[in-house]
Amino acid sequence: MSGDTRVRGLVRRFGPTAVLDGLDLDVPEGAFIALLGRSGSGKTTLLRTLAGLDTAEQGEVTLPPSRAVVFQEPRLMPWKRVWENVALGLHGAGARDKAEQALREVELQHRIDAWPLTLSGGEAQRAGLARALVRDPDLLLLDEPFASLDALTRLRMQGLVANLWSRHGMSALLVTHDVDEALLLADHAVVLQAGRIGMQLRIDLARPRRHSDPNFAALRSELLRALGLTEDLAA
Amino acid sequence: MPERASTLTLPSTAPSTKLAWPRLAWNGLNPRRAVTPLVVLLLWQAGSSLGYIPSRTVASPLAVLAALRELMASGALPHHLGVSLLRVVAGLSIAIVLGTVLALSAGLSKLGDDLIDAPIQMARTLPFLALVPLFILWFGIGETPKIALVALGSIFPIYLNLYAGIRGTDPKLIEAASTLGLSRAALIRHVVLPAALPNALTGLRYAIGISWLSLVVGEQINADAGIGYLMMDARDFMRTDIIMVGLLVYAMLGLLSDQGVRALERHALAWRPSARMGR
Repeated sequence: MSGDTRVRGLVRRFGPTAVLDGLDLDVPEGAFIALLGRSGSGKTTLLRTLAGLDTAEQGEVTLPPSRAVVFQEPRLMPWKRVWENVALGLHGAGARDKAEQALREVELQHRIDAWPLTLSGGEAQRAGLARALVRDPDLLLLDEPFASLDALTRLRMQGLVANLWSRHGMSALLVTHDVDEALLLADHAVVLQAGRIGMQLRIDLARPRRHSDPNFAALRSELLRALGLTEDLAA
Repeated sequence: MPERASTLTLPSTAPSTKLAWPRLAWNGLNPRRAVTPLVVLLLWQAGSSLGYIPSRTVASPLAVLAALRELMASGALPHHLGVSLLRVVAGLSIAIVLGTVLALSAGLSKLGDDLIDAPIQMARTLPFLALVPLFILWFGIGETPKIALVALGSIFPIYLNLYAGIRGTDPKLIEAASTLGLSRAALIRHVVLPAALPNALTGLRYAIGISWLSLVVGEQINADAGIGYLMMDARDFMRTDIIMVGLLVYAMLGLLSDQGVRALERHALAWRPSARMGR
């Protein structure tokens, strides 16, 4: 299908070491994939390649027509008001209306005219999310978007992303360190090892997801084992 | 335990009253800060009136005031001030246009960088006031050498700061903008130029300071009008009161133009937390 994302034989070297070494990955249209792996395993490099920010040496990448990225830092233009940031790159009349609607969706309608440097961490990240959503992307790329938020804000943001994804039906690729986050959001967890997909885990939990789901703990152990951790260590 | 409670309640009131004082002072509301300048003025006037300070050396404050009134009434000061202002405005305008064009060319293109940056970095190490003799040979003794001197002096801060601002744009913001599908022109307009604006305005402030300095030098050589000429002319008649008026006018011009740029900064950089917090 046209909305699928296909990666075949991707190779990316930094100096002598191949960070991605013949990697294959599929993100079927509408799927939510979480990409896990230790630091330096190439998660972010893969996401940057899909976002067009990094060029691989070898391999073939097929992408759906429109992509949007949410970074770990909000990366808002501090000299543009929140709505102008969201509307940046949109063309034609109605850009402001679209921006306002996206900001309502992320529950930021009260900060439409605020300067970005006055936002809290969670608000800024929601503005970044609105900036991605307003483009109505076929593929949403999330690069550890909640890593620098406090625990409570992170939980709210995860719920928000789960909602937005099920409402919009786009594909999503989430890079994360956080096993729980992967289990809360994704259909599939993919673990990167030695530059390739080391393990794929189907996450068959009912939505909305809950930590208290009896299958949650089992999947969690499995995923932690794949990352080379035992549960005692990770607790 | 009760001791602890008392140490907890006390500091909450004490520092707030202590902090209120310096803040008032910064706003210029503290009359104590006016004491020293006033005392100096009074001593100066007393010294002059009692004959300890000869008017050949420095005129008394009252004499300076009288000279100011006289120069205003005769229309001499407005005339010379107008000439000086015109020179600075013309020179500065040339510097702003040329400096901006050069900085944009060098900052935004590799070719421009290679062709422009190195010669400007070399030229800026030259003390530009040393070019006065050459400028007189080239441009004669009319308005041109004076305007050229102002333009030459102030072009460097304009160029250097804007160039540094463009080059210093956060690459993460450029990346984010490129994922939003911005064209190169839109990227420059919405990301690079606004990112460089704080630097550019700092450059403008330096440039204005240097343009007054260049004017002082330029007007003391072969001029027949302008504040600098007024002062050199007064020297021939040992009119220290008029020389002091000239100094006063230069100081006021520097102060006013600096305030102007600050106002511009507050308006254009309203997005910066410091712009809102600083008064």
